[in-house]
Amino acid sequence: MNKRSTFIFSALCFGFAFLYIPILLVVIYSFNDSRLVTIWGGWSIRWYIELFNNDNILDAALLSFRIAAVSATFATIMGTLAGIALTRIRQFRGRLLFTGMIASPLVMPEVITGLSLLLFFVSLQQLIGWPGQRGITTITIAHITFSMAYVAVIIQSRLTDMDESIEEAALDLGAKPIRVLWDITLPIIFPAMISGWLLSFTLSLDDLVIASFVSGPGATTLPMLIFSKVRLGIAPDINALATILIAVVAIGVSIAGWVMHQQSKTKKA
Amino acid sequence: MSTVLTSMDATFRERLWKKFIVFIPYLWLLLFFLTPFLIVLKISFADPLVAQPPFTPLFQKSVETGLSIYTTFDNYLYLFQDSLYLVTYINSVKLAFISTCFCLMIGYPIAYGIARSPQPTRNILLLMVVVPFWISFLLRVYAWMGILKTKGLLNGFLLWTGIIDQPLELLYTDTAVYIGMIYSYLPFMILPLYANLEKLDIRLLEAAADLGARPWKVFKDITFPLSIPGVIAGCLLVFIPAIGEYVIPALLGGADTLMIGRLLFDEFFLNRDWPVASAVAIVLLMLLVLPIVYFQKRQNQELLEQQ
Repeated sequence: MNKRSTFIFSALCFGFAFLYIPILLVVIYSFNDSRLVTIWGGWSIRWYIELFNNDNILDAALLSFRIAAVSATFATIMGTLAGIALTRIRQFRGRLLFTGMIASPLVMPEVITGLSLLLFFVSLQQLIGWPGQRGITTITIAHITFSMAYVAVIIQSRLTDMDESIEEAALDLGAKPIRVLWDITLPIIFPAMISGWLLSFTLSLDDLVIASFVSGPGATTLPMLIFSKVRLGIAPDINALATILIAVVAIGVSIAGWVMHQQSKTKKA
Repeated sequence: MSTVLTSMDATFRERLWKKFIVFIPYLWLLLFFLTPFLIVLKISFADPLVAQPPFTPLFQKSVETGLSIYTTFDNYLYLFQDSLYLVTYINSVKLAFISTCFCLMIGYPIAYGIARSPQPTRNILLLMVVVPFWISFLLRVYAWMGILKTKGLLNGFLLWTGIIDQPLELLYTDTAVYIGMIYSYLPFMILPLYANLEKLDIRLLEAAADLGARPWKVFKDITFPLSIPGVIAGCLLVFIPAIGEYVIPALLGGADTLMIGRLLFDEFFLNRDWPVASAVAIVLLMLLVLPIVYFQKRQNQELLEQQ
C-alpha cells in the first residue's frame, strides 16, 4: 500500500467510526442496568420493560406512525403528479412559480416553515372557523406539504432518465394519454414512488420542529415527547426506544440490500 | 363530421387531463406554501398585542379613512437596535460556515475513497453513508449527549487512558454544537461529492502521473478543480440547513450558544411575540435567498444537461 491509499483508507475508517460509534454506544447502553446512564451496571432489559409499560410513549408512537402513513400516501400522490407535470408538460401558465414552490421546501429552514404554517392556520381559523383545533390534521397537512417536494424531485429524476420514446410510440399507435400514463409511465416510475413513500414516511416520523409549531394541546408526536424528555438530560428508556428504531432500520436496510444484490445477480446471469 | 368531433373531443379531454395533473399539486402549494409565507410577511409589519392572536390586523376599518393598510417597521428596527439579534445572526453564519468547512475536510477524503473503491465494496460503503439518514435525527443528536457529558463516555475514556486528569466541559458548549453539526450533516457533504468524483475520468489522472506529476500536484491541478461542482453542492447542502438549525443548539449548546433558529423558536413560544418572530424569519430568509437561488439555478442546469 502506498502513502496515498493509506491516507484514504484511514480517512474511511475514521469517517465510518465517527458515523457509527455514537449509534453503537446508544445500543449498548440501552442494555445497561444502572439508572446513571453513562456508568455501566451490568446487562439488563429493564428499560425495555419500562418502555413497554409507558403508555405516553406508546400513544405518541402510534400517533406518529398514523400521521406518517397518511401524510406519506398523500405526499406520494401529490409529488408524483408534480413530478409528471414538471417533466412531461412543457408549458403551462405559472410554470416558473410552480418550479420554485416545488424546490423551496427542500431548502427552507424548518423554523420558517413551521412558523408560517402556524400563522396560516391561525388566520384561517379567524376567517372561516377551520381548523377548530390544531392537532393531527394540521400536522398531517404540514408534513404532506414538505414531503411532496422530496417525492417530486425523486419522480422528476426518474422520468428524466426514462426513455420518452416508449410513451410517444404508444401515443402514435393511438393510445389515450390517460392509458399511456396508467399502463406505461406509472409502472416504470413505481419503484421511485415506493422510495418516495418511504422517504416521506421517515421525514414525517422524524420531524420535531414543524410539528411543534402546528400541533395543538391534544397531539404529542413521538419526536415531541422524546425532545421534552431528553431536554432535561439523558433518559435510559429513550436509549431502549432508539435501539428499537435502529433495529427496524437495520433490518429494513438489510432486506433492501439483499433484494438489490439478488437483482444485480440475475441481471448479470 | 363525426370524426372531427371525436378528435376535437379527444384533444379537449387530453388538455383537461393535463390541467388536472398540474392543478392539484399547484393548488396545494399555493394554499399551504405560498399563502402561509405571505402571512408571515404581513405579520412582520404588525404591532404585538396582548390578545388572541397577539398582533394587530393589517387591514383596519375606520369611519374617516375607510379601509386602510396598517404597517409598521418597528419590528425590523427593533432587530437592528437590539444587538442580541445582530450578534445571533453573525454567530449563526459563523457556526454554519465553520461546520461546513469541517464537513468538507472530513467528507472529501471519504467521498474520494468510496469513489475509488472496487464495485461491491463501493455500494456497501455508499449504503453505510445513507443509513444514518433513516435513523431519527433527534436520536442521533441525543446520542452525543451521553458521549459529551462531564461524566460521559468520552471523558471517562480520556481519564481512563490518562490523556487528561480533569474532565473536560464539552456538553452545553459551542464545541458540542460543532460536533453535532458535523456529525448530522456529514452525509449531505459526502453524497454530492461522491456523485461528482465517481464520474471523474481516471485516464486524466493516469496521463498526468505518466507525464511525471506528483500525486499532490495531480490532486491540486486535476482532481480538485474538476470536483468543484460537487464541492459547491455539498457545501450549500450543509450550510443552508445549518444556519436555521434548532435541535442541535437546543440539545447540545449552552445558554450562550446563540443561533437564529433557536432565537426564533424562543421568541415565538416563550415570549409569544409573533410579529418579532415573523420579522426574524423574514430576515433569516433574506440571508438565505442568495445561496438558495444559486443552488436551485445549479440544480436546474444539471437537469437540463441530463435532458
